Amino acid sequence: MRLLTHNMLSCNIKGVANGFPLRLEAEKWVEKEVELNADFLRHIFPKIEWKALAGAARAVGYGELPEEADAAMLDSEDFLRRFHHALLEIHVEEGALVCPETGRGFPITKGIPNMLLHEDEV
Amino acid sequence: MWGPGGVTKPVGGIPRFPGSFDRSSPAPPFPRGDAGHPAASALPEPSSRPTCGCEYFFLLQASLMKLSRTAKIGLVSCHPEVYEPCDDSFALVDALLADREHLIEHRPRLCMELGCGSGYVISSLAIMLGELGCGVHYFATDINPDAAQVTRETLEAHGLHAEVISTDIASGLQKRLAGMIDVVVVNPPYVPTPEEEVGCKGITASWAGGENGRTVIDRIFPIADELLSEKGWLYMVTLTANNPTQVCRMMKEKGYASRIVVQRSTEEESLHVIKFWRDGVITNSAEGSDSWFSQFPFKSFWRSSGSSA
Repeated sequence: MRLLTHNMLSCNIKGVANGFPLRLEAEKWVEKEVELNADFLRHIFPKIEWKALAGAARAVGYGELPEEADAAMLDSEDFLRRFHHALLEIHVEEGALVCPETGRGFPITKGIPNMLLHEDEV
Repeated sequence: MWGPGGVTKPVGGIPRFPGSFDRSSPAPPFPRGDAGHPAASALPEPSSRPTCGCEYFFLLQASLMKLSRTAKIGLVSCHPEVYEPCDDSFALVDALLADREHLIEHRPRLCMELGCGSGYVISSLAIMLGELGCGVHYFATDINPDAAQVTRETLEAHGLHAEVISTDIASGLQKRLAGMIDVVVVNPPYVPTPEEEVGCKGITASWAGGENGRTVIDRIFPIADELLSEKGWLYMVTLTANNPTQVCRMMKEKGYASRIVVQRSTEEESLHVIKFWRDGVITNSAEGSDSWFSQFPFKSFWRSSGSSA
């Protein structure tokens, strides 16, 4: 699971109002290099919740993202590189995503988050 | 059970329902070659028509090019509880291939498969859009955790990556991904079954579609509508028993135009891969004049489907 996906996931339990961001508890993660595509990064940037990304990146030991970001920073190659690395090159293999409201944990196994709900949560 | 040359893992216990498409039966109209994809057997017999060597070479080349634009059956991972690529999967991939040039021009940034099963379709999509490089990213979901794992393995075997999530349709994703997905592909559980089988554990979830096979399909449309970007396209497999004319009419009311990209008939049933896009959003000239009304082959429906329509 890339941090891009973490940024797009929220708790889906019925009645939960503040299910985003899920707290990332990473036990195992890997880094895989991918080619940087500035066009994609510029396109996705407005949709990214920056604080959630920076927090998730810290959870996997990457502290190189600024606390806040705005679109003007996209002109900086250095910023793009950090943004790219955090969003697309870190893969969480094992761990959990925890709902900030209910504390319910969603396991991440072999890189796949399991968002399936129990019957009483739907 | 899967027909000559096909995958051999039997899927026991898939019942036949009257008037339904049997996902496990061999399908004479799409004979499979060694590679398991219709493209593998698409070469003409050299003796059956007058061809010069040169023409045959080009046909061979074209066929190989098509073949290399889909996932390889030999690399598709499997599991007893995961639906293997079958005629409906091939029909969907062929529809995407038929529309490939439009898809390339469309320049999607985010693509998503809902119900990815073996991963054959999302892998094929990623391969055929390969020339767009790293500017396009993929999500794939399945309600069956075994299918999510198998999809990951299939992607890895092809050297591809998609973000795989085990969830019900797009639960947990649809809020944040709303309006962001440029291409959604779905081979839904469309077999008419008793309602209680819908969403069951394991492989049953891959085909059990409830009344008229529409229970899950009807849940997917509003979710796809939410996920799709303004220029987004949805490709969905349907069966005659699902009443695709009514499906298209329903989508028209939501503002979507549609056209059939691929239509295939077996002895029992007829599969359609329908493409939907927001009416009025003309992204290329080939799509501009389409409408579900002019595209839909009503007559052939009624002829081939008889009372089940």
